[in-house]
Amino acid sequence: MTSKRDLLVIAREIAGSARGAEQIEARVGRGRDTDVEVLRGSVESLTVAESEGVTIRVVVDGRQGVASAGSLDPEIVAATLEDARDNARFAEPDEFSGLATPAELGDAIVPELDLWRDDLALIPTEEKVAMALELERAVLSANSLVRGVESSSYGDGSNESALVTSTGIEAFHRRTTASLGASALAGPDSDTQTGYGFSVGRTVSDLDFEYAANQAANRAVRLLGATQPATQRIPVILDPLVARTILALIISALGAESVQKGRSMFAGRLGEAIGSPIVNLIEDPTNPDAFGATPYDSEGAPTRRVNLVTAGVLNAYLHNVTTARRGKTVTTGSALGSGVGARAAYLRPGPLSVEELFASVPSALYVQSVSGIHSGTSTVSGDFSVGAEGLMVRDGVFAEPVREATIASTLPRILLDIAQIGSDLTWLPGGGAGMTLLISDMMLSGS
Amino acid sequence: MEDRHLLDEDVIRRTLGTALKRGGDFAEVFVEEKTSSSASLDDGRVEEVSSSRRRGVGIRVVVGETTGFAHTADLSEEGLRSAAEAAAGAAQGSSGVRDVGAFSRKTVEPTHAVRDYPESIDKEIKVEALRRADAAARAEGGAIAQVSASYADSRRRILVANSDGLIAGDEQIRTRFSVNAVATGDTGLQTGTESPGRTVGWELLEEFPPEQTAQIAARRALSKLEARPAPSGKWPVVLKKGAGGVLFHEACGHGLEADLVARDASIFKGRVGEQVASSLVTVVDDGRLAREWGAYGIDDEGAAAQRNVLIEDGVLTDYMWDLLRARKEGRQSSGNGRRETYMNLPMVRMTNTFLERGETDPDDIISATPYGIYCVALGGGQVNTATGDFVFGVTEAYLIENGVLTAPLRNAQLIGNGAEALRAIDLVGNDFDTWAGTCGKDGQGVPVSSGQPTLRVSELTVGGTGA
Repeated sequence: MTSKRDLLVIAREIAGSARGAEQIEARVGRGRDTDVEVLRGSVESLTVAESEGVTIRVVVDGRQGVASAGSLDPEIVAATLEDARDNARFAEPDEFSGLATPAELGDAIVPELDLWRDDLALIPTEEKVAMALELERAVLSANSLVRGVESSSYGDGSNESALVTSTGIEAFHRRTTASLGASALAGPDSDTQTGYGFSVGRTVSDLDFEYAANQAANRAVRLLGATQPATQRIPVILDPLVARTILALIISALGAESVQKGRSMFAGRLGEAIGSPIVNLIEDPTNPDAFGATPYDSEGAPTRRVNLVTAGVLNAYLHNVTTARRGKTVTTGSALGSGVGARAAYLRPGPLSVEELFASVPSALYVQSVSGIHSGTSTVSGDFSVGAEGLMVRDGVFAEPVREATIASTLPRILLDIAQIGSDLTWLPGGGAGMTLLISDMMLSGS
Repeated sequence: MEDRHLLDEDVIRRTLGTALKRGGDFAEVFVEEKTSSSASLDDGRVEEVSSSRRRGVGIRVVVGETTGFAHTADLSEEGLRSAAEAAAGAAQGSSGVRDVGAFSRKTVEPTHAVRDYPESIDKEIKVEALRRADAAARAEGGAIAQVSASYADSRRRILVANSDGLIAGDEQIRTRFSVNAVATGDTGLQTGTESPGRTVGWELLEEFPPEQTAQIAARRALSKLEARPAPSGKWPVVLKKGAGGVLFHEACGHGLEADLVARDASIFKGRVGEQVASSLVTVVDDGRLAREWGAYGIDDEGAAAQRNVLIEDGVLTDYMWDLLRARKEGRQSSGNGRRETYMNLPMVRMTNTFLERGETDPDDIISATPYGIYCVALGGGQVNTATGDFVFGVTEAYLIENGVLTAPLRNAQLIGNGAEALRAIDLVGNDFDTWAGTCGKDGQGVPVSSGQPTLRVSELTVGGTGA
């Protein structure tokens, strides 16, 4: 594996080749991954691989060109820099574009985040294979109604990256991740249900295969015998994964880029109540528990905690350097790729446990998974209509399972209709956290 | 073929030898070189022009049921040896050395010629097309408040060689042009998108001029401003040609992939020879459908793309196969082994999947429907392949009343079960169109197209917000 100095040296060389009015940003990285898939007690595939890459951004007189390559070979890096320079010639100038400068970042400090576990590289592959096999066995024995395991896998990765700009920014960080995931099959052929379970962490000892196995089995088994529910208006309880998915849609409309381009349902709403009074929406990539945690963003700006919504009132949008200049404010350290985005957003947990939240309404639909998110929702119009499966909840406990249903509302309405926020904050792979949410009213369409 | 420069045959042979030095049933070297370029216009300005390149090798070794896999971007012989050793170690073979014999080169006739290679077109011409699209979308009316447009093209060269002595190469060119428009009105903001794509070069823009793509996107957004919420309930649903193919791709196609069948995760398991659909239905997956988004010469395991009839007159005839599933069953791959990049293992994937045309005039299908929903464009959707349950968003739809199209609808979802929907098809048109998309499976995305004639499903659940 590479050294910190090695990556920084490569990035400095690229950024240092800026000439004249040119600004250059170099992001370089290397990683090592292990992936194990098992099926019916034997290893189906084992992948061990190293990868590397570079992304170069060139800005000349407000014109931006980008090029990337999956190699750090000096010849390829040099060709990639020339590609980026050539690309910049064809973009149109924007007075606000250009790389971040240290002066502009002011006294913001890059947080110290410990996201790396040395032991991951020392754990023998056999142990990782054994975990995936153990997970498959555990799913099969978790419940007698589980008839098979569609997939059971272990994966980990170690990644290091460096960012250097010709404007004087330098940053380096590294992280490890490890995960287990399984998909259970339950029930007879005529009524097969699948359920996914997982456990994630920064190294093997963080993983809980029994938790993942029980989750997979329970989520499949409890849907057996699902039928189409009657069409009705009903309170809806969102499972933490579903809650995270919906929150992510809402947060994407809080990116300053969509706001400034007239593509956000929350444009012009700063200082207004956009959520119920119990809603405190926070983006905080400096929290090491978040899988999207990072000390600095895609432009090298330090990340920070951003209070997006406080007691229901819209407080801030997410900014990168370009949107901040255009909006006459400062970056929130939220540059993501070429745009703006959240990495570690969550709702401040409420006082109720999941059981108490269930018992807080006489009846509700518990939504375990949603489908058709990309076609059925729009962060521009706020439309929200998605397929749903889950269970009815009556008197605080699960009743009959449902399928072939849709739930509909609008994204702004959902934020206003949040009636309870569970205390079960869970950080999820892919960034952000979920928690059980009670939405006071949605349209459930079935038969 | 031009792929010889990708890697020397003797180096490949020695690499395969290293991969099998701990024994094994099969070893394969997959070389990929891909260059892509794209540009995006937003808010009236060409914001960013970008390009990317990758080149690398994936090496797999199969021992019994286990596949060992390693990949590297280091194409030196030393880099390849080290990856081959890693793959061999992962496969945990233990016996006997196998020699890799002489290669026999497989050549496949391309389905069509590419005229204007992406790199042969000046970038200024490409970004000018974005400006033309922007202007055309805005010309559709003052209600168009925002427009974004992008193009993306790619050239992918692959070379596959394996211990069975196969060596084969392919070159795959793709070009796509997309426009997204935002319209503003009394009902708030609405969006419309159109993004045609083909396995051709810049000549794509002759078949789909930027202005035409922009108009479709803009009019889609504008029509939604007028649209009323779709009515919930069970209704006859007419799917316009091309629009509904993605539904059958998701709800039926995946269940016909041999790996999912083997994992017990398909409703079609053990049902070859059975009537699984209306007798009006013939479903085909054809990787050689010229110019289509999912077309190629050879798949990512070196098998030639071919036409595979999956359901014929309603009867299930076969599944789709990759190399490993086919070997287990003692048969040939159907040319459906694909991978997103050299960093991924191949698996069974669809190419261009479609329902064949029937005999009814599409206008007669609408006029034969007293009340129902006419779907012009679907968004993405999801399906549980184990049950066939699906949900699809509808991005453009109209009400059918007394056999005539009336009000535009929004917020509609189609909910149902793939097998049930196939059985409920009662009218099939004599027209045909396709739709380009990206199919995701186990985290890998590959380009595919789906197609169908205008057809009617006698009853589907429509989830909407209207009464």
